[in-house]
Amino acid sequence: MTCLPSQSGKKLGLVIDLDTCVGCQACVTACKEWNTGGHMAPLTDIDPYGGHVDGVWFNRVHSYEHTTEMGGRTVNFPRSCLHCETPACVTVCPTGASYKRASDGIVLIDEDKCIGCKLCSWACPYGAREFDSDVGVMKKCTLCVDRIYNDNLAEEDRVPACVAACPTSARHFGDLGDPQSAVSQLVAERGGVDLMPELGYRPTNKYLPPRAHTNRAASVAAPALEPVRAEGGFLGWVDRMLSN
Amino acid sequence: MHPAFSVVFFTTATGAGYGLLALLGVLGGFQIIPPDFWLGFIGMGLAFGLIMAGLLSSTGHLGRPERAWRAFSQWRSSWLSREGVASVTTFIPAGLFGIGWVFFGRSGGWVTVAGLLTACGAVITVCTTGMIYASLKPIAQWHSRFTLPGYLIFSAMTGSVLLNALLQGFALGSKVQLAACLLLTLFGWGWKVATWRYNDRLEIATTANTATGLAGGTVRSLEWPHTEENYLLKEMGFRIARKHSARLRQITQLLAFVLPLGLLAIVSALSWPLAALLSILAAAIQFAGMLVERWLFFAEAKHTVTLYYGR
Repeated sequence: MTCLPSQSGKKLGLVIDLDTCVGCQACVTACKEWNTGGHMAPLTDIDPYGGHVDGVWFNRVHSYEHTTEMGGRTVNFPRSCLHCETPACVTVCPTGASYKRASDGIVLIDEDKCIGCKLCSWACPYGAREFDSDVGVMKKCTLCVDRIYNDNLAEEDRVPACVAACPTSARHFGDLGDPQSAVSQLVAERGGVDLMPELGYRPTNKYLPPRAHTNRAASVAAPALEPVRAEGGFLGWVDRMLSN
Repeated sequence: MHPAFSVVFFTTATGAGYGLLALLGVLGGFQIIPPDFWLGFIGMGLAFGLIMAGLLSSTGHLGRPERAWRAFSQWRSSWLSREGVASVTTFIPAGLFGIGWVFFGRSGGWVTVAGLLTACGAVITVCTTGMIYASLKPIAQWHSRFTLPGYLIFSAMTGSVLLNALLQGFALGSKVQLAACLLLTLFGWGWKVATWRYNDRLEIATTANTATGLAGGTVRSLEWPHTEENYLLKEMGFRIARKHSARLRQITQLLAFVLPLGLLAIVSALSWPLAALLSILAAAIQFAGMLVERWLFFAEAKHTVTLYYGR
């Protein structure tokens, strides 16, 4: 049923730190690697070695130049499903293929019910859903639902593949419905924001804006050396004469 | 938004088909159009033909058309599902009305009831089609108060001009019917021009700043995540040059409104068969014009995901 379920209060999601993301694409490839064999497998590639490469990815990293009166900076910006609290992608689905889980708020697609009408991708303002033209169904981020509850993995590995891969710890996973959780605390501390809040989708994932930047470079140079004694000889005499 | 021909043709054809069906249901049911086998057969055939062609065309848009039956299940939340349910449900009274009015040559009693129910079903179906687009918040040009009335007006307009062609073909044309066509076409023209003006002045609250959460200043796309166009850009990143858009708006106005108005004005001074010929021509030209209008409806619509790509 594509009506939204009444929620249990648990809201699993990601917190992405735009201050520390270096745009290395490790989360992108880790996501593709896990998920092309995971819940929504395959993540089809079309013409992967040709001139018109195309394919399904759940996570894409953009780079932007953000210019304010304080100056410009490069911001790397990972974009994936935000597992919204009021996801129109779910309610527009005519078949019941799209659904939001009551237990943890993850938005998923039942591939066997999807007719590939693409309306959900029109309804998502964030471009989180990508159509697999080879299989004829829509695909999207599962928040690695097949990792986070997977008893076969070591406990520290029960996080989404993108979070596990991030070398700068710019990606955090947890329960954003619990104000005491580490991710909620991080969002509160750093002033995490919603994307396109004016559209009212109420995304679960939060983005931490880059920290305020300063124009003062850190002082790392040693102080200039003072001469230990006056120069002697002819050049010393010239120096003294010219300095007078 | 990418103007897929299957969807452009679908909404145009079903709009005209349901418009004609609703008018036949009401006018036939109340005996304003007297039962006549060939008129009824061709009229209902034309309406059903347009609707069926449109619905078949829409399944061409699906990745897995063999599962299309599942789309009838989520009418509680989905306008697309409601459209499916409404379009198929309308066939029940429409079929009964067709049998009574065309084959039994009856009107009044249960045939009138079936005709009125057909008209209700047709109007509801067109509303659901309009709401599919009007409910999509990421596309500001569609998520406006112009979209739903537009679908209804254009359905009534094309349906009425088709009905006029049909009646003129059987030498049953009337000044009232012609006047209705002229008024609806004028109204449609005004509505389309008002819609374009509204869209051209639209100030969209969603920007690259709110899309990325980076407050203040400017956000410029430095590098895409991929080198080639992906699904998002192919489906939702469609762009149309301003000069092409202006030219196509002129073509839309000429074909969908100006030429039909001129032809129908001339028809009022003519008698059968010339009146019939020009009426059919007006309907055909208007249909072609509405295909251009619907193509532009998609091509000029901008989805918020394009903000991530600096478009």
